[in-house]
Amino acid sequence: MAARRISSLLTCSLSASSSVSSSLLSSIGKSSGRYASVKRFSNAAALEDLVVPPVQISYTQHLIDGKFVDAASGKTFPTYDPRSGEVIARVAEGDAEDINRAVAAAREAFDEGPWPKMTPYERSRILLRFADLVEKHSEELAALETWNNGKPHEQATKSELPLLVRLFHYYAGWADKIHGLTVPADGPHHVQTLHEPIGVAGQIIPWNFPLLMFAWKVGPALACGNTIVLKTAEQTPLTALYVAKLFQEAGLPPGVLNVVSGYGPSAGAALASHMDVDKVAFTGSTDTGKIVLESAARSNLKPVTLELGGKSPFIVCEDADVDQAVELAHFALFFNQGQCCCAGSRTYVHERIYDEFIEKAKARALRRIVGDPFKNGVEQGPQIDTEQFEKVLRYIRSGKESKATLECGGDRLGTKGYFIQPTVFSNVTDDMLIAQDEIFGPVQSILKFKDIDEVIRRANTTRYGLAAGVFTKNIDTANTLTRALRVGTVWVNCFDVFDAAIPFGGYKMSGIGREKGIYSLHNYLQVKAVVTPLKNPAWL
Amino acid sequence: MLDKSRMAARRISSLLSRSLASSSSLLTKGRISGVGRVVPSYSTSSSVNNPITPSVKVNCTQLLINGKFVDSASATYISPNPIGKTFPTYDPRTGDVIAHVSEGDAEDIDRAVSAARKAFDEGPWPRMTAYERAKVLFRFADLLDKHTEELSTLETWDNGKPYEQSAKIELPMISRVIRYYAGWADKVHGLTVPADGPHHVQTINEPIGVAGQIIPWNFPLLMFAWKVGPALACGCTIVLKSAEQTPLSALFAAKLLHEAGLPPGVLNVISGFGSTAGAALSSHMEVDKLAFTGSSDTGKIVLAAAAKSNLKPVTLELGGKSPFIVCKDADVDKAVELAHFALFFNQGQCCCAGSRTYVHESVYDEFIEKAKARALKRRVGDPFKAGTEQGPQIDSTQFKKILRYIRSGVESGATLVAGGERLGNKGYYIRPTVFANVKEDMLIAQDEIFGPVQSILKFKDLDELVRRANQTRYGLAAGVFTNDLETANTLTRALRVGTVWINCYDVFDASIPFGGYKMSGQGREKGVHCLSNYLQVKAVVTKLKNPAWM
Repeated sequence: MAARRISSLLTCSLSASSSVSSSLLSSIGKSSGRYASVKRFSNAAALEDLVVPPVQISYTQHLIDGKFVDAASGKTFPTYDPRSGEVIARVAEGDAEDINRAVAAAREAFDEGPWPKMTPYERSRILLRFADLVEKHSEELAALETWNNGKPHEQATKSELPLLVRLFHYYAGWADKIHGLTVPADGPHHVQTLHEPIGVAGQIIPWNFPLLMFAWKVGPALACGNTIVLKTAEQTPLTALYVAKLFQEAGLPPGVLNVVSGYGPSAGAALASHMDVDKVAFTGSTDTGKIVLESAARSNLKPVTLELGGKSPFIVCEDADVDQAVELAHFALFFNQGQCCCAGSRTYVHERIYDEFIEKAKARALRRIVGDPFKNGVEQGPQIDTEQFEKVLRYIRSGKESKATLECGGDRLGTKGYFIQPTVFSNVTDDMLIAQDEIFGPVQSILKFKDIDEVIRRANTTRYGLAAGVFTKNIDTANTLTRALRVGTVWVNCFDVFDAAIPFGGYKMSGIGREKGIYSLHNYLQVKAVVTPLKNPAWL
Repeated sequence: MLDKSRMAARRISSLLSRSLASSSSLLTKGRISGVGRVVPSYSTSSSVNNPITPSVKVNCTQLLINGKFVDSASATYISPNPIGKTFPTYDPRTGDVIAHVSEGDAEDIDRAVSAARKAFDEGPWPRMTAYERAKVLFRFADLLDKHTEELSTLETWDNGKPYEQSAKIELPMISRVIRYYAGWADKVHGLTVPADGPHHVQTINEPIGVAGQIIPWNFPLLMFAWKVGPALACGCTIVLKSAEQTPLSALFAAKLLHEAGLPPGVLNVISGFGSTAGAALSSHMEVDKLAFTGSSDTGKIVLAAAAKSNLKPVTLELGGKSPFIVCKDADVDKAVELAHFALFFNQGQCCCAGSRTYVHESVYDEFIEKAKARALKRRVGDPFKAGTEQGPQIDSTQFKKILRYIRSGVESGATLVAGGERLGNKGYYIRPTVFANVKEDMLIAQDEIFGPVQSILKFKDLDELVRRANQTRYGLAAGVFTNDLETANTLTRALRVGTVWINCYDVFDASIPFGGYKMSGQGREKGVHCLSNYLQVKAVVTKLKNPAWM
């Protein structure tokens, strides 16, 4: 039941597809259905009366060795409400010394503590109990997530929290299914491989999906028997602390998961270059990813997985149903305020349907409901912070200056917080900055193409290779594009489907390694080959 | 035909167990019988001053780019005709120049990468069927077998390793490794994946693109096979930089690969130095993946260069200081022989050398006596002579480094029980050296010496031993010598290393993954695990309408 509910919620919003989603596509597209009740929200909606979030902030200190503690320096930093730019709370600010303490706790929990010595079944039970607790506290967690991040509360409640639970069920199931191999030998030897936990994992997560990124990182690391020092994004420290507390309640031994709030150049750098950390996983920008990998190289050569930026093409082929394509392309870009590493941020449209597509994409963007994310029916909240807000506006100016056609939006919305109007550019060409850089905001760039070979070449001419959307009914077109696009995920007639079992990660400068799915386990396991000679073997 | 290949397989495996894999029949050598008896005249004091003239011509000395042997781009002007820059490669037996080889630099790497890029982006290689790629590799393996004699002669000449080892162990192992990967080419499966909703999900494992590969000098051809085999099987194209000490055999083998039908540009081989050609390859923006085998310090530079340039994924096989653990229940004679082999094999020039010999106190004194006797019996001499166990070290730099470590061992108070100096006055021969009473705080117990220097340490109980064995920045391999099942199981799990050899050492079957924990590296080579180094994973998700099942 729960699974079906989650999956229908996913298809309904996060994964935007299929039976439920096609109804989403048609109803929203024609502005009918459930959104009829929220017609009053529009681009011009008032942003003055902000809903008071129905949640208390209980945890603001670091979680080290099972205890909430102040920063070693005693320092704190403010975390903000992106709707208003007002301070929500002050949070302990971690630096190198806090990372040292957290790593020492994780080290002890790994080298001597019970975690890797427990049976996988016991570890899996703790992950399952944690999932139950997350479900129980969904409401507070979703409220906290929206308050700190600005994403629509409905999205947090109905898509992301169920997905979070689902991910921990998924990884709990892996814990007792990590098989090594017995290996055919060339001589009289018995050969086997053991998959061992890699040790202390350093994990650095971003602000766009604070809880989901927590799950992607923490789930596989714990299932494999590792211990963790997790650094959250300075923009969104709150929910990770809350769920880490739930983990202690679920029976996670002290020191197995340590959470440090803080900034990249201080806490993040200390973690990436720490000599006692055995592995680092980072999600964030490509430029920061390079620094993280270099720190790992210069310190102790810890293996690094990276999930970085993207400039993913969304390709609308000439046989596409334009209404459905417009809706999916809109979703692919604008979902989560455009703050997705895999956002479909280059909308390639075949010339035959280009004009119709532009008209309808513009109309859809104008209908997008922007407002207080706590209000029902709101599709788009504010951007995360002033820095991102200004960066997005700079890119909009750059789009105008480079002579792309601004079809709609192009400005901030209201005078408070970091709201930006859904913005659509047409006549974008590949040499424009808005077609090359990751904008990470609600700015859709639409480009025209003529034939498949050309669109393949253009789609692949980027340093990124994270994902791609393909919209077509033709199986040859789908197969050709699927193989030719140098990206880690191809969504055919869907986008942002994030099932736990689907691996996610980038080609080229979009990253190294895969998260989710069976592939994610390798990130947290070492392979040990064990060879013993055989005396008079019955077979070889 | 079938019988013949089965015979060949059996021959290889018996050779492996005889010497490289060091199983029981080799151990009898310790009692001075078998092979040893036919060459009693070789001893550590044997003359090294009349080197045998190798029976092979050096034909390939240029860079191999886009299927053609070419001079390096940087020209040295010798009037009136400009020729490309070259560097000498030496015979480690004498330090004499064998040949002058084209010296690759950034410009040559650029040319090679653009050839590989074109061969990948437009060329036939990734577009051939996997079966066609497999057939090229099978033909290559046959050609390696056909040219075993020239290749192993070249290998010994340029590297100094015993010819018998090259011809009887390494060359068969190389064609075996290539056949192993040929078999993988048409078995690279993706997955279909259970979905949470009405979607059809699959994963495709695609070739990663242009692979840059940098190989070391200690096993030039074997490292060539470990790198080139999986990359080609997966459909990648390659720019390979060989070690400046040993450029010759890779060029010859690459030529054979082209004879086997490899299209031009798929494998490009650049001879040259790390700080020029190697650096250019590591930081190249058009290279999609890098694999490096060498020292940990260079590995860090390679990874940092990849990070700073285009974030290409990197696999690293680096240094080690692997423990070889002799437990109290061990048969001392067998343990001595295996520990000796674990350290001295290939002149001690193995990243996985068992270079910390931990011996239980109850058998320690007997072990020292016998380890000393075994080292003194080790036959050092011209590697081309039959029966020679140990040739010269690779070059003057390594030779001097090892002698420095020997001095350091003496100065730090370890007991020198055998060897300790060079042998003869020509070339880079070093006497098999054994230190007893070695402590963890001594440099010789911490650093990778990469030479014929055995450091023996005493231990009391297993917990203490595990702690000491793991107290190193390395984690490549370990040897465990015991008949006790509990001890074997405990050590197998507790040692933080990529390979545990129990009652054996240096077993290198193609299917056994090899690689390091900690600063010994990242990733695994050989076996099923190595394929992921050369593949990208692409998830493909398609919407389903009215699926019959989910």
